[in-house]
Amino acid sequence: MLEIQNIYKTFNPGTVNEKQALKGLSLRLNEGDFVTVIGGNGAGKSTMLNAIAGTWMVDEGKIIIDGADVTKLSEHKRASYLGRVFQDPMMGTAATMSIEENLALAYRRGKRRTLRTGIHMKEREMYIKLLSELGLGLEERLTSKVGLLSGGQRQALTLLMATLKKPKLLLLDEHTAALDPKTAAKVLSATDAIVNKDHLTTLMITHNMRDAIAHGNRLIMMMDGNIILDISGEDKKKLTVEDLLRKFEQASGQEFASDKALLG
Amino acid sequence: MVFSSLLNAMPGAVAQGLIWGIMAIGVYITFRVLDVADLTVDGTMALGGAVSIMLMTKGCNVWIAMLAALAAGLLAGMVTGIFHTFMGIPAILAGILTQLSLYSVNLKIMGKANQAINVDKYDLLVSLRYIKGVFFTKNTIFVVAIFLVVVIALLYWFFGREIGCAIRATGCNGQMARAQGINTNICKVIGLMLSNGLVALSSALLAQYQGFADVNMGRGAIVIGLAAVIIGEAIFGNLFRNFALKLLAVGFGSILYYFVLQIVIWFGIDTDLLKMLSALVVAVFLGIPYLKGKYLRKPVKRGGQGNA
Repeated sequence: MLEIQNIYKTFNPGTVNEKQALKGLSLRLNEGDFVTVIGGNGAGKSTMLNAIAGTWMVDEGKIIIDGADVTKLSEHKRASYLGRVFQDPMMGTAATMSIEENLALAYRRGKRRTLRTGIHMKEREMYIKLLSELGLGLEERLTSKVGLLSGGQRQALTLLMATLKKPKLLLLDEHTAALDPKTAAKVLSATDAIVNKDHLTTLMITHNMRDAIAHGNRLIMMMDGNIILDISGEDKKKLTVEDLLRKFEQASGQEFASDKALLG
Repeated sequence: MVFSSLLNAMPGAVAQGLIWGIMAIGVYITFRVLDVADLTVDGTMALGGAVSIMLMTKGCNVWIAMLAALAAGLLAGMVTGIFHTFMGIPAILAGILTQLSLYSVNLKIMGKANQAINVDKYDLLVSLRYIKGVFFTKNTIFVVAIFLVVVIALLYWFFGREIGCAIRATGCNGQMARAQGINTNICKVIGLMLSNGLVALSSALLAQYQGFADVNMGRGAIVIGLAAVIIGEAIFGNLFRNFALKLLAVGFGSILYYFVLQIVIWFGIDTDLLKMLSALVVAVFLGIPYLKGKYLRKPVKRGGQGNA
């Protein structure tokens, strides 16, 4: 479903801030894979997701989604393949627009936008049904401005928007990191439900090792712009946080410095 | 200081306020919907007048001249849009570049700095002379009010369409818009075109109203437009939630601006200072939200909106 071939990305080349964020990264996802991604700060996790999403162009390598080479496609053109949820709850929604308007924008992802009405009457019924499945009471607030919602509600809405049009690939960039633990758990279970319902191919970055183990069928660990660990199937089911920490030390030859990675 | 002289000046203030109201709605589209401060409008506010007056003095029908002004405005907006999006120039600078080049363009269109049009010789839509003592359908206030209502209705319709929603999303959160497959560059260009088209239309009306087009007639237009937007929001902000009503509030804001202007003039203030006063008023109102947030921050209740 996704194929990343040997991609490189360097930020601020030729300056003192030069940072080689991706160093020949390759990754292949099968249809229906739910992959969790862990790694310390600066490992290149978000950079990988942004490379896939087309936030900027990679320096070298190829990115293929569902058989189509998207390496040179601009961000908004790739959007038709992708569903995205960001770390910052403010990023994924338009605050000054209503819940239904946000959903209607997402429902038209990948379609040409014309002078047809921005939101149909019959769409509302579908939105009400989907929102009630989230169990947050949003179905009664279709015309409320999204800016009035809490961070957790906004993330749940963003998740729904990302999957409203079934994406070829769902990209979750630490989408629960900015939420309190209780809310984070809710959003994560909503994520599981949606991913399982539509058998979505998913890449989920998390700082929480337990979440990384508990969710998905495959786990990759990144360090220094590359993948250093790739575990799936039965091996992944047996994983423990201790295993992961040991593996990280083995692979990196250093203590896992990021205390954030120990949380959980 | 005869009060009746102030009263006498009021119908004129309303007419001018309405004409500038159309311009201010154009500013609203860039400033509030797109979240871009577009300085092109200072040039466009002379461009529409120049195009329409020249066409009419060459014998062109007033409606066709107005349409041509609109088209010229759309084009000016497109130039700024291309500067901004495809050439990556910051929006304010892109607007200034177009504005400056429009100065030359306007001079070339008119052949000189000022071109008059005689209301007795040409069939104008609006004029200073059509304020009192004419049948109400010919009254400038009535005509421009109809214009304003039609513009608001069309914009309300447009921003409820798929493209309109995409433009609103672009202005609100570009990152989100791109993630939803919206070409934010195209949206910005369309928004800038629409805005400048309206400004040029307003300019064409203003030139007819005052009986001439002048290469400097748009100087400081952005400030008047912003003043109208801000006054409208300050007074009607809590009352008007609907998009169409918000646009109407901008129109009212513009009329109020000209009311206040007339009163200030009536008080006998040095008219040389008017532009500075306008700028200061706008600066204060633009600064209020920031200053409020900095010094009068109320403790925000966490999780007030349901603990999702």
